[in-house]
Amino acid sequence: MSDSNNKWIGENTIRPDGADKVTGRAAFAADTSMPGMIWGKVLRSPHAHAVIKSIDTSKAEALPGVKAVMTAADIVDFPVDTPVALGIQDMRWMCRNVMAREKALFHGHPVAAVAAMTEAIAAEACKLIEVDYDVLPHAIEIDDALADDAPILHDWMEFDGKPSNIAGTIEHSKGDVEAGFAEADVVIERDFTTRPVHQGYIEPHACLVSVASDNKTTIWSSSQGQFMVRAMVGLLTGLTQSDIRAIPAEIGGGFGGKTIVYLEPLATILSKKSGRPVKMTMTREEVMRASGPTSGSKSTIKIGVKKDGTITAAEGLYWLQAGGLPGAPVRGAVGCALAPYDIPNGHTLGYDVVCNRSKVAAYRAPGAPIGAFGVECVLDELAEEIGMDPLDLRLKNAAKEGTEAVHGPVYPVMGYVESLTSAKAHEHYNAPLGPNQGRGVASGFWFNAGGESSAQVNITEDGNVVVTTGHPDIGGSRAGIANICAELLGIDYKRISVLIGDTATIGFSNLTGGSRVLFASSMVVTESTRTVIRTLCELAAKIWDIDPDAVTWEDGEARPAGANAGKFDPLTLAELAARANETGGPIGAGAQVNTTGAEGGFGTHICDVEVDPELGIARVIRYTVLMDVGRAVHPAYVEGQMQGGAAQAIGWALNEEYLYDKDGKVDNPGFLDYRMPVASDLPMIDTHIIEVPNPKHPQGVRGVGEVPLVPGLAAVRNAVHNATGIRFNDLPLSPPRILAALDVREAAE
Amino acid sequence: MAKLHISTTINGEPEEFLCTPDETMLDVLRNQLDLTGAKEGCGSGDCGACSITLDGTLVCSCLMLAAEAEGKAITTIEGMAEGETLHPLQQKFLEEAALQCGICTPGMLIAAKALLDENPDPTETEVRFWLAGNLCRCTGYDKIIRAVLDTAADMRGAS
Ligand code: FES
Ligand code: FES
Repeated sequence: MSDSNNKWIGENTIRPDGADKVTGRAAFAADTSMPGMIWGKVLRSPHAHAVIKSIDTSKAEALPGVKAVMTAADIVDFPVDTPVALGIQDMRWMCRNVMAREKALFHGHPVAAVAAMTEAIAAEACKLIEVDYDVLPHAIEIDDALADDAPILHDWMEFDGKPSNIAGTIEHSKGDVEAGFAEADVVIERDFTTRPVHQGYIEPHACLVSVASDNKTTIWSSSQGQFMVRAMVGLLTGLTQSDIRAIPAEIGGGFGGKTIVYLEPLATILSKKSGRPVKMTMTREEVMRASGPTSGSKSTIKIGVKKDGTITAAEGLYWLQAGGLPGAPVRGAVGCALAPYDIPNGHTLGYDVVCNRSKVAAYRAPGAPIGAFGVECVLDELAEEIGMDPLDLRLKNAAKEGTEAVHGPVYPVMGYVESLTSAKAHEHYNAPLGPNQGRGVASGFWFNAGGESSAQVNITEDGNVVVTTGHPDIGGSRAGIANICAELLGIDYKRISVLIGDTATIGFSNLTGGSRVLFASSMVVTESTRTVIRTLCELAAKIWDIDPDAVTWEDGEARPAGANAGKFDPLTLAELAARANETGGPIGAGAQVNTTGAEGGFGTHICDVEVDPELGIARVIRYTVLMDVGRAVHPAYVEGQMQGGAAQAIGWALNEEYLYDKDGKVDNPGFLDYRMPVASDLPMIDTHIIEVPNPKHPQGVRGVGEVPLVPGLAAVRNAVHNATGIRFNDLPLSPPRILAALDVREAAE
Repeated sequence: MAKLHISTTINGEPEEFLCTPDETMLDVLRNQLDLTGAKEGCGSGDCGACSITLDGTLVCSCLMLAAEAEGKAITTIEGMAEGETLHPLQQKFLEEAALQCGICTPGMLIAAKALLDENPDPTETEVRFWLAGNLCRCTGYDKIIRAVLDTAADMRGAS
């Protein structure tokens, strides 16, 4: 299918779920209810680190209106010495994260839960639960967790033969780094820190669970994967998966944070115990305290270049916070950090460090923004040092087709160089700057992903189409699927409705995450649609009494293929559907594939800031995102991903961070004090879509969800450097931090 | 707690409900009246997902006591379209892809309509400051701001 012939791929069609969403009809998890439903509430640890000696629930159980009480004793225990992997999660940690087992590991860690007639009674009952804690010293920051006298969170964890809070390491190397640095004319080494930030989805976690007396269980919840919910709830509660039907509610944002379960297993157990459907929602404060943000980090980056800008060697050392249980996104940090560059000698090493914070969850390109941050800052400094334009320095070393990345793969055709050349040529890059303004650039990479996906394409009797996939639609993926199916069938996209199947109605599909949904789902939708088209041609052949090979499908109708096939009037989809009963029966096809061929994505950002020298406020005044998306199946939603990712990066760079008090308690657990960008903080965000199709995908898709966050931290920071002349290496660049640096400089002058 | 009897108007229809003195309007809308279009994103007045209008004034229903509805007129997202006809803002949000996950959308639309009712010709800066109380984490606001400005222009053209 050549581009110029495309009718729907590349069109900004109206999303199939749109009208529901603008009228308030779309059902998100907290919007559902059931007859007889009661409410669940979680009791959470008031301590950052404590041994749980005993829990007495008798007073709570006696409170009128209480229907069930549970603790970790009701959850399947996974001993710490036997790994039980489920995707990127390990059930040893999941069973301890959803409900504290031996120890409370962070302030807000669930220790018990109650189901009662009202939410208020459930909250009241939680207060009546008596927990006997042995409070321990806590470690919140990386340095506290790595100190010689650090409180050790887990007595079963060792590193280098000693008790440690280091849960593991990941490393990549290529060439000989020492020899590479020896060849360099300039070597710069710097230390960086970033703070934990939350995904900040506007919809708090919520679910409604009904367990019948025969264990048949229905779960409505907001998650990035109904099959993940089914599997995890099965493992954590002991129910068999075939008894569980997990229905994906509309999801109000996730960004990786809804790739694990928090409430679903608890509501399931409470429902089983009470015999009633149980609804649970988190408050915003609970979301902030007890769902997974991404890691804070510290890193040391060293890069050497020749005078002409050739990178001879690069090294990155990273420490990432996992929270109370192992699992920091170290792989993303060490894998993506150097990925945009052709580096002969490279080494990255990352440490997964546990500390008394809530267990981290994925956040948009998990680890990659942290990995890119220091690298892109050091490149900025090197460019200045050797007197080279920062985009030229990146271009000189840009990875391209055939480059062997430090993290392993040899790249196929891709559009990273184009993102740099179009940045250089962009009007934004060449626009004049005013006083106190500065401009920064940075690049970034994300792996993208394939994996399991299922689809079913059914033709209705009136000749329209229902497509079902297994991936929750978090940002408009239904619209892309409608475009693709319409294109293949040659009919108007409005004749296609796209549904998200639940675990009982569609084949296994992996999470909505990793920038994989349109990549994977369009593969299975394409395969199913092609099968349907074959069937339609066979039906036409039967009606015409000719060979099926003598029928082609064009513009939504079956036509005789060539002059020898015979002379027949075309049969439209509607005509064939109407006669399906007499010619062979229902028309539909499904496909289930473990998709492969996902290729990485690259982007480059340009950011202008203006720094107020009196107040220390850095304001982003212009922003441009340039990115190779492979193929923009629905350009407006691709742009939306690019703009949303950039906005999150700006928040991470300038304002967002978790603040803890001395007792290890989150001090800013609400939107007032955890300050995400609001409309008046941001400018319009320009986008430049580059399309270098992924040759391994039927429509050329690469994936677009994650790359837009990756370069942003450094782009903002490099702009602030350019505006102030000060190199800030610790995020966020909040007003107090900028002001303090400006004051120090003034005092020195 | 004794319940209060409240008579009010919701989306043009007379409505009565019982509530406790400490119940919020958001809870009554969502849990009693089956009007779940208003969302709870924070419960503290910081996200705007629960936006409704009370006698034409934009309010956060999570900060409003249900008892305050007595004798007043409330509009929620469910009352924004006229029958089958979407409000121009709703239509423009669809055409310009001004929503991704859609959880902020009902609040955004209610807030944007309140703006255009008051100021049919806002500047970009005015739209940004007016909507500063409505958080969106998905879109980076770009398409939302454009949709509001384009709707305003269309509506001015039409009137
Ligand atoms: S829920 Fe009311 S402002 Fe956030
Ligand atoms: S569209 Fe998701 S929060 Fe606005």
